[in-house]
Amino acid sequence: MRKFETDVQLVKYEVLKEVSKLALEGTLQEKQRTIQKIVDPGPKARFRCCIYKEREITKKRVKLAMGGDKRNPNIIEVIGAACDECPINRFTITEACRGCLAHRCTEACPVNAIYHVGQRAYINQQKCIECGKCKAACPYNAVSDVMRPCRRACPVDALSIDDDKKAVIDYDKCIQCGACVYQCPFGAIMDKSQIVDVINELKNARLNKTNVYAVVAPAISSQFTFAKIGQVINAIKKIGFHDVVEAALGADLIALHETNEFADVIGEKGFLTSSCCPAFVSFIQKKYPSLEGNISTSVSPMIAISRLIKQTDENAKIVFIGPCVAKKTEAKNSAVSGSTDYVLTFEELCAMIDSMGIDIEACEEDDLNNASFFGRIFARSGGLTEAIKHVIEEYNIEADFKPICCDGIDECDKTLKMAKVGKLESNFIEGMACSGGCIGGPMSLHHGHKDRKEVDKYGMQAAEKGVKDSLRIFEIEKLNLHRSTGKKK
Amino acid sequence: MTTIQVCIGSACHLKGSYSVINKLQSVIKEKQLDKQIVIKAAFCLGECTKAVSVKVDNHPIQSLDETGVEGFIDALLAEEGV
Repeated sequence: MRKFETDVQLVKYEVLKEVSKLALEGTLQEKQRTIQKIVDPGPKARFRCCIYKEREITKKRVKLAMGGDKRNPNIIEVIGAACDECPINRFTITEACRGCLAHRCTEACPVNAIYHVGQRAYINQQKCIECGKCKAACPYNAVSDVMRPCRRACPVDALSIDDDKKAVIDYDKCIQCGACVYQCPFGAIMDKSQIVDVINELKNARLNKTNVYAVVAPAISSQFTFAKIGQVINAIKKIGFHDVVEAALGADLIALHETNEFADVIGEKGFLTSSCCPAFVSFIQKKYPSLEGNISTSVSPMIAISRLIKQTDENAKIVFIGPCVAKKTEAKNSAVSGSTDYVLTFEELCAMIDSMGIDIEACEEDDLNNASFFGRIFARSGGLTEAIKHVIEEYNIEADFKPICCDGIDECDKTLKMAKVGKLESNFIEGMACSGGCIGGPMSLHHGHKDRKEVDKYGMQAAEKGVKDSLRIFEIEKLNLHRSTGKKK
Repeated sequence: MTTIQVCIGSACHLKGSYSVINKLQSVIKEKQLDKQIVIKAAFCLGECTKAVSVKVDNHPIQSLDETGVEGFIDALLAEEGV
């Protein structure tokens, strides 16, 4: 049985499943209002103050599950009604305050925001600039820091609080990493879904004479703790996909392509960064625009495999399934458009499978095997770097490769800072926005310390040992794997 | 021009479709047929239970393994007169 990590995951799943069910029936437009009563039957509320509020929030979730506001290109949106339980003031002085004589807090405060009444210190919240100096100064540790989880999670400071005390995303700053979606304990920040579009694409496949392919991210290895991967593949085919292909084969393509690119441009550029993580790419573009020229122009494995499939089948439609929110935005990026048609998360995949009444645990096992060990370990931090080292050796490429692996956005930030001031000792930055790599993605069903091992184990099961083996039959020269020109040859 | 599609979907891949493709390529090269026959990889042709699925133009799908490649090409030459 599937175990949900949190009730946030559960409520999202319930909504997605009902939306999927109605979309399959073809009655979503007229029956979407019934979902709130199915998910929140009442009369008692499950999590919120009353059933009416819960239903209102569910209504908003249904809207996002159906694709949300199409005029807003951002994939992540705040559900205002669900965002109201967080404390507004970040620092407060708790009753641990002894009303001491030293008043170190007052001394430390640069804006005179601390005042004393009776035997206690208080913070004037109108003046407080949230610097945290009082907290550091207090000998009793009496100052509590309750920064909103969404703000704490956001690596680019894109979240603020509006006059109604709701979280607001600054879309100019947002890099779509999905950290806030995962971190909000109330599920008040959600990613928009393409689940309805995918279901319609599958339903109309025969009519449109299209073949709809599912491309599965290698992070799948740590996802389905309750079933075998082969069973999940079988379930995906039962949904109606023409075939299931490993995104890791695209990673093999990119390992080779990026290594060649590295050897070609490193002399001129000094250093190169990876480009497979779209949130990392966006982070550089928005926070370190002067380094944009150092981003590898290779497309991501998702785009690479999509183009490869479309090269073999002109009627192909590609649905990428992974643990990532940022991939949803990447697929729509004009520099690579026409490659990957839709992006689903593992969460949405589960909802789809269950809405069709397919029991994963009762499914037979199908094969999923095209990529090499190296393509598969792209799912975890350090995988790309190992793959490039392997390609350099295997293909005898002359390159002085000095990589640094940045696991998580904080490490990326530190390294990019060094690069900006010209103090980078390496010449290749592997950047992954999520800690641990894709397996730590915001839409992972499962976040655990053993996940990395699962990826390596899955890598070892690959029939093809190296990149050369897995790519040996493809006409790679005919495939455009560059981002800038964008168009397929 | 005749197109031979060889399935490289996971099931066929594990049954050796890469070897079939490589063998086809070498036989075609040997017999100097590269102007007449083109080999294309295809993801799932939909006959996963059989051996490696191969499709010649729009003809029905056949099963093929590495050892049968030469005979397959000869039969194709006889039949199509390529």
